[in-house]
Amino acid sequence: MSSTALDTAALKQQFPLLQREINGTRLVYLDSANTSQKPAVVIDTMTNFLRNSYAPINRSAYQLAAEATDAYEGARTKVQQFINARRAHEVVFTKNATEALNLVAHSWGRANLQAGDVVVLTHMEHHANIVPWHMLVAERGIVLRWVPLTADGQLDLTTLAQLLDGAKVFSFTAMSNVLGTITPVQQLCAAAHAAGALAIVDGCQYVPHNVTDVQAWGADFMAFSSHKMCGPSGVGVLYGREALLEAMPPFLGGGNMIADVRLDGFTTAELPAKFEAGTPPITEVVGLGAAVDFLIGLGMANVRQHEIEVAGYALRTLTSRFGDDITLHGPTDTSVRGATFSLAFRGIHPHDLSQVLDQTNVCVRAGHHCAKPLMRLMGVAATARASFYLYNDTDDVDALADALDGASAIFGF
Amino acid sequence: MAGLEDLYREIILDHHRNPRNRGELPPPAPHAVGHNPLCGDEIEVYLQVEDGRVTDIKVGGQGCSISQSSASMMSQAIKGKPVADVQALVRRFKGMMSIPDADGNEIEPDPEVKLGDLEALQGVVKYPVRIKCAILGWNTLLEALEQV
Repeated sequence: MSSTALDTAALKQQFPLLQREINGTRLVYLDSANTSQKPAVVIDTMTNFLRNSYAPINRSAYQLAAEATDAYEGARTKVQQFINARRAHEVVFTKNATEALNLVAHSWGRANLQAGDVVVLTHMEHHANIVPWHMLVAERGIVLRWVPLTADGQLDLTTLAQLLDGAKVFSFTAMSNVLGTITPVQQLCAAAHAAGALAIVDGCQYVPHNVTDVQAWGADFMAFSSHKMCGPSGVGVLYGREALLEAMPPFLGGGNMIADVRLDGFTTAELPAKFEAGTPPITEVVGLGAAVDFLIGLGMANVRQHEIEVAGYALRTLTSRFGDDITLHGPTDTSVRGATFSLAFRGIHPHDLSQVLDQTNVCVRAGHHCAKPLMRLMGVAATARASFYLYNDTDDVDALADALDGASAIFGF
Repeated sequence: MAGLEDLYREIILDHHRNPRNRGELPPPAPHAVGHNPLCGDEIEVYLQVEDGRVTDIKVGGQGCSISQSSASMMSQAIKGKPVADVQALVRRFKGMMSIPDADGNEIEPDPEVKLGDLEALQGVVKYPVRIKCAILGWNTLLEALEQV
């Protein structure tokens, strides 16, 4: 059943892959926190671009190359508006969000962090917002501090001021990919700034599902990926405040990122080319632009409202059907969570659970979700994760619940 | 639920619910830990080898039904066997899992080596992702044997 905010029956029709049947039954795709499916408009835009307009960008004078450059830069403007960045050149295209976070840690971090400097992270970070900082611990001797979690999987902010005291960076997720928790981004950015630290936001799980406004947040940097928001894989975004990006050394060196190269050195190009060395994923960026248009057409407030309704239905349905036999990690209040659920069910190992669910085409992820420190804190090696998106509805929640019943039958409960 | 009977055979579920030879052996018992980094499954193998014979084995760790039951059945199958027979059994089991030998060649089944209950794991081959689960304990066993 659809929600009040989105007509999912019509929406599903726009996603060719969701029309696929396996063994005569429909696909119940509940792995969008991993990667999302693509609407026809994104697929068609990319195909049309490849068929009609594909050419190098920023380096040739002929009309076709100008068209391709316009399409590429047009996508940048769409992304700028989508996240409400002040300037288009504050949007840097990367390979993925992981590269975007590495760019900040590598380029800004190496230019600004010395031994003993403090970087504050949280216990709910994804590996992409942990390992780049660990690398600076090894290389520079920086010190990491961690914001702990409350029992219901929210950030425990009681000691935030002490943790941020003297810190240079506070880098945190806007929404946990494991717990579904939405963090108070604006408050966290303000706390970072009050302590004199930069605020870096991992927006991977948030941007596809919510209205994003980097200026209202006060974020200094923000990273997210195209493939989780109906766009293609192969392209991510780093938003950075102009003054910060201007002052940073380049990340990768090569073509496109230079103004001049001599035998004795080089000068960098202006933003954003300075951070886009080599031929970028041109078609993918154009596809991301189409995804942004698609999402704007739906309205991100509607997407968020829809997911609140689906998350609420999932919480009610799974709890009423399975009671104490199911554990749903993370907050139960839908105002502070998205529609991503890590679950434990009757002691059945997540691998076994996902294998059985697959028999009825219910696709969930089993594993550590690239967040091993959090999994250790939760006392589990792995969870099964069902994540809902704009094309999922209450029927999909029911299909998950029915599949869980099937798992009970096999494992003898 | 159609299709999964081959994977979740009753004997596999039995070993999953009641794993055999659980526990550990004190140092200096040969000991190895195997991880599947993809899913976090973990197996620990402790051995007691006397006069070229595996006189005791204990298995620890945690993971899915396939990794745990495979390790449990393995422990039953090798306890009391000469190391050479254990090596042959590992080779036979890997062959059943369609894992090639060190040179990349298919392992021909040796009719002299009996799999017994382990044949119940044959159904895993149809689920390539799960082969890593089934083989984890066996690779960990090989690592522990190297310390003997």
